[in-house]
Formats: sequence, structure tokens, C-alpha cells
Amino acid sequence: MTLDADWAERWVRRTAEAVEAAKDELTELDRQIGDGDHGENLHRGFQAVVARLDAAAVEVSGLDTSDRPVGDVLKIVATTLMSTVGGASGPLYGTAFLRASKVSGRPQLDPSSVVALLEAALEGVASRGKAQVGEKTMVDAWQPAVDAAERAAQDGGDEIAVLRAAAEAADKAAHDTIPLVATKGRASYLGERSAGHEDPGARSTALLLGAAMAAALAGPDGGADGAAA
Amino acid sequence: MSAPVALVLVSHSTDLARGVAELAGQMAPDVVIRTAAGGPDGGLGTSVEVVQEAIRAALDDAGRAGVVVLADLGSSILTVETVLELDEDLADVVRLASAPFVEGAVAAAVTAHGGASLAAVLGSAEDAARSFAGSGREPGSGREPGSTASAAQGSAGAGNAPGESTTPPPWPHAGPGIAADRRGDPGQSATVTGRVIVRNPLGLHARPAALVSRKVAELGARVRVDGVDASSVLQLMALGATEGRELLVEAEGPGADEAVRAVVGMIEGGFGEV
Repeated sequence: MTLDADWAERWVRRTAEAVEAAKDELTELDRQIGDGDHGENLHRGFQAVVARLDAAAVEVSGLDTSDRPVGDVLKIVATTLMSTVGGASGPLYGTAFLRASKVSGRPQLDPSSVVALLEAALEGVASRGKAQVGEKTMVDAWQPAVDAAERAAQDGGDEIAVLRAAAEAADKAAHDTIPLVATKGRASYLGERSAGHEDPGARSTALLLGAAMAAALAGPDGGADGAAA
Repeated sequence: MSAPVALVLVSHSTDLARGVAELAGQMAPDVVIRTAAGGPDGGLGTSVEVVQEAIRAALDDAGRAGVVVLADLGSSILTVETVLELDEDLADVVRLASAPFVEGAVAAAVTAHGGASLAAVLGSAEDAARSFAGSGREPGSGREPGSTASAAQGSAGAGNAPGESTTPPPWPHAGPGIAADRRGDPGQSATVTGRVIVRNPLGLHARPAALVSRKVAELGARVRVDGVDASSVLQLMALGATEGRELLVEAEGPGADEAVRAVVGMIEGGFGEV
């Protein structure tokens, strides 16, 4: 299984599906400790991404795109999310994909370049949001994901093993935000009352990284892959 | 002819941005103030594209001297920072102010109205939190350094209130005076002082404060009203000076006489509200 631009497309299409399925859950999480628009905003953003990719797919149909840099897809995702999401997650995920696109200029990613992609994304989220671990934000899912991805790569894992490590760590870490008291973002206005709820941004990060792994496992023709459309 | 520096107000809410633009615009009619508000679906939110368009339009309008951006809550700030990261050409001419939305916009607009530089407009926005929330009587709190404050205190103790020499500074209690008389030791930097009673019921509220601070900026003299920097609209407003209050107007340096007369005259005139 190679991680190429087609994988990146499948990744974001699967993310769009996952966000759609979890839209109400994300919105409900955000309603408890934020402004209640995270699910709607991300759904709108990723639907717009899918529309952009569909339009681009028509343009390149029939051409050989095998040497297309992975970063090209990520850049489209970045700019589309920035323009269409509307809440803080637009600039945050937009910057994550933008920074990731800058380190993904090659047509195929090996395990270390997957780690580099994730590190760049984390760096984008953390610097844009000026957030650190423990503040009950997306960073609380991104940082453990990157740490796990690095360990997997060091242990000689292939690119799927790296993505799997990241996805599993993010899923657990999102759950681990429940007892945290928010000190960044809209939830921080609630102070102690923000404890007891999962952070919606950490949850959507887990969805995103889960989709990255699923897209890699499924392969070009695999399963319920949205890219087949 | 519009001022060289323009403002862009970024808010989640179109109503909020429009309201602040109206407020700031009333005090600084020659400043280009553009709003970038609301999300991609037209509801509450922010959009990179909307902010990009507003900044570009403001740069065109203002003759490209620069744009100071004010943003309301979290994602507005993130959105502006993202726009600046996406378009590196903007870095030299566009600055995001770390300032409260309303006070920063008002202060920046009034400063921009006098033709100030990008750095000066940014500075006045970023001073806004301090000069508005803090005591208006802190002479060092604005753009003027501490040396001005100590000079001012010296002349007050020596010239105005000899009987209170043990407690020199507070201007409002320095004793009665006569409008636009000249005081101070001719050997030192001459301080011109004047006294005036506020005549309009609302006193130095936003519009009159803006008129005074613009006049002071235009004359270029260093003027204080009851100890605060009269070129700062927010410090003037923070005096809370309403009808019947006596104010001490002081100026130093070239044009001091004219500046004191002008400010006293404006306040005495009641700003068309009496």
C-alpha cells in the first residue's frame, strides 16, 4: 500500500463521511462546552473540500497523475477549510493541512514522511491556537498521535503502522480530555464546568486521523471508499 | 482625501462590526474603515476569504500606506493570522492589533485620522486597553514617557499650588485659575495652562473627546487635560468629565499657547451641544 495523492484524497473524503456521521455528536459536545457549531462547521468545510476535489478530478481525468505530490491535495484541503468552516476550527485545521502540505512535496510518503506530515500539522495547530498539551484542545489529541507515530516509525513500522499508531493514540487521547479543565478557547470561559465533557476538537482530530488510517487500509478500490465515485 | 492608514474590523457578527465601524467612523470621518464579518454561510463566524477581500479593498482605498486590523474573539484572530500567513506580501503593510475591539477601533481611528503612520495607529490601538480601563489620570500610561509626567508635576507644584507643596501632583485640585494665563518659570520649559468649565451636559463623551484629540494631534503640541494626554481620545473619555467640572488644560513647547486656547475654546463652546 503506498501513500500517494490518491490516498490523501481518500483520506479527506473519508473524513468528510466520518464528520457527517458524527456531526450531531460533535455539535452536542461543543454545545456543552463551546458555542455548539463544531459539527456543522466541519461538515460544511469537508463537504466543500469534497466538491473541490470532485471538480479537480474532472479536470485531470485521463491525465497521468501518478507523480502528483501528496501536498497538492493537502493544499486544496487547507485553503478550502479556511474559506468555508467559519469557526476557529477553519484556521486551525486549515493551518494544519497547509503546514502538512509544505512537507509533503513528494508523490509517495514513507513512514518518516508520514511522521513529518503529522508533526507539521501539530505544529500548525499549536502555533495557530497558541495552545499546549493539557489545555483541553485539539492539541491534546494531536500531540499523543505524533508521539505514537514517531515511536512506531522508530520501531521500524511501515506507513500503515505509523498511521494506525497515530489514530489509536488520538482516539484514546480525545477520550482522556474528559476530566480536563479548559484553559484555552471558548470552553475556557466555563472554567471548572468544562471538566466532565470530551473536547470536540480533540474528538474531530481523532476522526480525522482514524480516516487517514482507514484510507490507507482500504486501498484504491477498497470497501466503502468514497473516492470511487 | 482619506487618511493613509485604514482599518479593518473583523468580527463574528456583521451587526457588531457595523456598529463599531459606525462609532469609530463618527469620530474619524476621513478614515477608511472596512468590516469583515460573519461566516461563510452568512451566520455568526469568520471567513478567510472575507477577511482577505476586506484587507485588499482597504489597502486600495487607503493608498497602500497600511492597514491595522482589529478582531473580536478567538477565531477572528486566528483567521486574520491565517490570512497573513497565506499572503506574505501583506506582512509589511498589515498589522493585527492586540487590542480590545471597541476601544482599540476608536483609538486607532482617531489616531489614523490625523494622518499618523502605521506604527502609530497600531500603537494607539494597543494602548487602548490600558488607557481606557486604567485611571485616566496616569500621565505615563499613554504614549508619553515618564519624563513628561515629572516635568508636569514640577511645574504644578511650583506654579499653581504653593500651599500644597507637600502633595504636589493631582491636577484637578491645584486651585482655581484663569483661562489661558501663562505660568511657569521662563528659565525652564514654559508651561501654558488654562482652566475651563465643561458646559455640555454629557461632557467629554466620545465625539467631543475625538474632536479635542484630533485638534491636539493637528496642532502638534503636547497637551494635557487634567493630567491626561489630550491626543488620546480614550484617556479624555476616561476622565468622565461632565457638565460643571473644571478642567485644567496645559501645554508645553512650540505652539503651546495656541493649543491651550484652542482646547479651552472647544470645551467652552460646548461642542454644539448646549
